[in-house]
Amino acid sequence: MLSIIRLILERLGLGVLVLFAVSLIIFLGVELLPGDLCQALQGQSATESTLAACRKELGLEQSAPTRYFHWLANIAQGDFGKSLANGREISELIGVRLANTFFLALVAAVIAVPLSLILGILAALYRNSWFDRSINVLTLASISFPEFFVAYILILVFSVQLGWFPSLSDVSPDTPLLERLHKVFLPALTLTLVVMAHMMRMTRAAIINLMASPYIEMAQFKGLSRSHIIIHHALPNAWAPIVNVVALNLAYLIVGVVIVEVVFVYPGLGQLIVDSVQKRDIPVVQACSIIFAATYVLLNLTADILSIATNPRLLHPK
Amino acid sequence: MANNTPAANDDHEVLLEMRDLRIDGRRDDQWHEIIKGIDLTLHRGEVLGLIGESGAGKSTLGIAAMGYVKPGCRFSGGRITFDGIDMLTASEEKKQALRGVRIAYVAQSAAASFNPAHKLIDQFAEIPVQHHKSSKAEAYADAKDLYSKLQLPEPEQIGFRYPHQVSGGQLQRAMTAMAMSCRPDLIIFDEPTTALDVTTQIEVLMTMKDIVEQFNTAAIYITHDLAVVAQMADRIMVLRYGELVEEAPTRVMLANPKQAYTKSLWAVRSFRKTSVLKTQQQATQPIISVQNVTAAYGVLDILHEISFDLQRGQTVSVVGESGSGKSTTARVITGLLPPRLGQVLFQGQALPPDYRQRSKDQLRQVQMIYQMADTAINPRQRVREIIGRPLSFYLGMDSQQVETRTRELLAMIELNPDQFIDRFPSELSGGQKQRICIARALAAEPQCIICDEVTSALDQLVAEGILRLLDRLQRELNLAYMFITHDLATVKAISDEVVVMLKGKIVEQGSKDKIFSPPYPEYTEKLLASVPQMNPDWMKQLIAQRESRS
Repeated sequence: MLSIIRLILERLGLGVLVLFAVSLIIFLGVELLPGDLCQALQGQSATESTLAACRKELGLEQSAPTRYFHWLANIAQGDFGKSLANGREISELIGVRLANTFFLALVAAVIAVPLSLILGILAALYRNSWFDRSINVLTLASISFPEFFVAYILILVFSVQLGWFPSLSDVSPDTPLLERLHKVFLPALTLTLVVMAHMMRMTRAAIINLMASPYIEMAQFKGLSRSHIIIHHALPNAWAPIVNVVALNLAYLIVGVVIVEVVFVYPGLGQLIVDSVQKRDIPVVQACSIIFAATYVLLNLTADILSIATNPRLLHPK
Repeated sequence: MANNTPAANDDHEVLLEMRDLRIDGRRDDQWHEIIKGIDLTLHRGEVLGLIGESGAGKSTLGIAAMGYVKPGCRFSGGRITFDGIDMLTASEEKKQALRGVRIAYVAQSAAASFNPAHKLIDQFAEIPVQHHKSSKAEAYADAKDLYSKLQLPEPEQIGFRYPHQVSGGQLQRAMTAMAMSCRPDLIIFDEPTTALDVTTQIEVLMTMKDIVEQFNTAAIYITHDLAVVAQMADRIMVLRYGELVEEAPTRVMLANPKQAYTKSLWAVRSFRKTSVLKTQQQATQPIISVQNVTAAYGVLDILHEISFDLQRGQTVSVVGESGSGKSTTARVITGLLPPRLGQVLFQGQALPPDYRQRSKDQLRQVQMIYQMADTAINPRQRVREIIGRPLSFYLGMDSQQVETRTRELLAMIELNPDQFIDRFPSELSGGQKQRICIARALAAEPQCIICDEVTSALDQLVAEGILRLLDRLQRELNLAYMFITHDLATVKAISDEVVVMLKGKIVEQGSKDKIFSPPYPEYTEKLLASVPQMNPDWMKQLIAQRESRS
């Protein structure tokens, strides 16, 4: 057990290090842009004196390292600064949006992960059958189309023709849960179709890969049923690759939603980042980037730890 | 085959019967017959030995008794009847209900055949529980009982360990216990002790034989080791290329093999190295001198103060169980593992401990040949590249010289250059691959070759060919060999000097004659006593001996 705790701590440390490096890159990226925030803000109307006043107000006259550590220290305390576009606290601005994005990701994950695992297991169980082939074709087709295309097709069918679900997912903080679920269904379905192929195919491949191992053959010689063999003998040993792909796709559900949010006009973080880029609201873009990076790091960390923890050799040392 | 009447078991009921069984295997998109019409009869409580080289179809025949063929194979003719059930026409459900319950299987590698994710006892209990034969609690109790019958240590607790937490010999016994879980009528033992050390093997064999007799279980015992089958089987069938060569009760077969092929199998253990006059060489400086080497992985010392010399034209065999430090010694000599203390001299000059600091010329002098030729050569390279690489790397030959020399080397290892130079490893047999490895080692023109269990993965006849080849090359090129092995028969065949290792220490060393004549130190005696003999009473006598002593 001790060795696992040590491993987890090591990975956590590495994760923090990665985040630190990411923050540095984000900060430097902005530094490298020509001009500074004040020039961007004031544009053509800038004069020397208004620029100087602006810089003083935003603390831009300080050296880059000072500003970096200042910014980092504030972020560590949850203070992302103020939006340039409307002067509101960024943390406030992001808070609601982030919750929306997480909600959408959660709904999509709750549909996509179990579905992909079950389909992957079934595909492995009935390998090379018509079921396996058609599920492969379907998931591959859905991953091959661009997200917006899938989204519009879904809107056309479920919203325009059948009228079951709204084409706009305009939720607000006081939308009740059921209505909220109803409204996010189409974007969640779009995301599900996009991420499912990857997870399902990895589950299938990981299990089939193990089906050639001697202990699976032994299980067959023990007269166990095929489903028992796959679920009890193959699956526990297939977790490591599956968990990693699931984590990667969960991260995508949060970080990669930009297009889907725009199509469905869903008030999530992706929408915010698009708006902010258009408005040159750099502090907001920086904050969103950090949050996305943290999500990635955290999910991959979880995958790492889970795949280590499901290894019986590590779980039960000699 | 009607005249092959089993001697002692005529009065017993027939349990398994195969008539003119034919199985095809798929290779290069074509079906080839791999079992060519075999008849087999097994009575209740009888142990039948199946013996032959790899590729003879022993395992295929063994698992066919369960109505099973490996992926890529198919039944193409004949009949299998198990206790009145036609195994070829029975439904998958019906066969599934038999497997594990009435016909059980014990695999060669217990380590690979136990699922790493589950406890031993759960893998045991799974059979009776899934087949609705007993509850989990009953199965647990029965497992503990069988574990104790198979003399596993701590039978109450050992089942709650995971496969990687117990030793190879214990795993093999746990697997035998698992096979017994539903008290089957028939167990198929597929080379169950091949992967074990001699000292472990004998213990596993004893318990297996004992349990099979206790429950009057019939068994098919598959092996390539004649001495082992002599202990286990009532009757022996010799197979070759999917055909039956000869069949007879064990004692008859051992005393009086009829077919030439069977005789050649029996004769394998007769090879002896052509002895060289050693006395003249004693005075010369050793090629390699290992001096007081202590080596460690991490903080744990694996080797303790190892010292021995390799003389030109001589073979030093390093013998011991797995984990005794034989291969680690080779890693120290080749510089893969720098020793913690001590040094390795090459012709009186200290070699840098780490191979990265050795010059090309120093590296060239010590070459290695490995146990698994399969993994030691690149499957994507042709023979000419495999052998040619050391020629251009060490000796700086141009492509013309490489070509000429590669052909010479192929001729030296008795493979026709025109036929073999452009082949890929997958187009070679096991023995041919090992020959390519030998040629690759020779290409560097070394003074010393370390052979790490080079014949362990090979059939006896093929292994003998390799030993003869190595012996001839040694005489022609005056090479020094360090021969790592756990097989005492091989040691007797090829050594000049023997080093016996146990737990990282040398327990005995000296000339072969000295080691193999009494008085023996305790461990050497145990090693020697554990080597199965062709005498079918050998194991019984050994058991009696051990019992009277304790």
